[in-house]
Amino acid sequence: MKAKIIITPKKAVVDPQGITVKKALEHMGYSGVTGVHIGKYIEIDLAAGTDKAAATKAINDAAHKLLSNPVIEDYKVEIE
Amino acid sequence: MNFAVLQFPASNCDQDAVHALQHLGHSARLVWHKDASLGDTDCVIVPGGFSYGDYLRCGAIARFSPVMQAVKQFADNGGLVLGICNGFQVLTEAGLLPGALIRNRDLQFHCENIFLKTATNDSSFTSQIPVGKILRVPIAHGEGCYFADEETLAQLKANNQILWQYCDATGNLTDTANPNGALQNIAGICNEKRNVAGLMPHPERACEPLLGSDDGKWIFESIFAALKNKTVAQAA
Repeated sequence: MKAKIIITPKKAVVDPQGITVKKALEHMGYSGVTGVHIGKYIEIDLAAGTDKAAATKAINDAAHKLLSNPVIEDYKVEIE
Repeated sequence: MNFAVLQFPASNCDQDAVHALQHLGHSARLVWHKDASLGDTDCVIVPGGFSYGDYLRCGAIARFSPVMQAVKQFADNGGLVLGICNGFQVLTEAGLLPGALIRNRDLQFHCENIFLKTATNDSSFTSQIPVGKILRVPIAHGEGCYFADEETLAQLKANNQILWQYCDATGNLTDTANPNGALQNIAGICNEKRNVAGLMPHPERACEPLLGSDDGKWIFESIFAALKNKTVAQAA
């Protein structure tokens, strides 16, 4: 069982990496790119048979407290 | 005065802070991150460095160390806490200061001398800075761009919580004088209670002329004055 957490910068936060990569994509000739947002992807291995609802709650709690900073980042949790 | 300078794995300005405080005539000692108590302390300095390797986010892991619980309690009781560079990042992550420090807008690590304008003398961290004095102090960071949402920024302004801003040599808050893209050129702030402050520049590296500038001492002199007033008030 795995928890997958995707962390992205909030829209209001300037993302200089995203801006730089967007420019690079444009230079390479990729058209139609209207935005690039660079975040983090975290995978957490969970013991087999872990209760999915309890794991979702715990991972969301951890994502809020430690894995992301809610002042500047949004996160999405998937358990599978 | 007794200063407690925290020491996390990969703090690297802890000795500088101890040296500066001792040079300015006060007692300072290191407190290990696993210690749950600060001991006899008048003021806590959270020093610069790369605590816990800056893994995940700068300051994100340090905030959960046992000593930070003691710092939180110390701050809740009105104790003075100053975070410098990584220490500022730790204090924002810990929720002791509002906002966050993000990647410099040019993605570069900046190690240079900058100029600081003191936005208000009304704090325990700025009271002794001569009015109109522009401080020349070094910065050394890759993630020092101050960010806060509009609501928080409005509160900071309304409560006079912005303490220092990046400026040019004559005190103008220009965009070129802003080394990292910080909102409103913000270099340092304090909390609403005005007993916890953080700044990205390194005043502890500028406390003696031999180091090129002793402007940083004014920030520590302000803390000494605040602590002295407190002692006098308690005795009275």
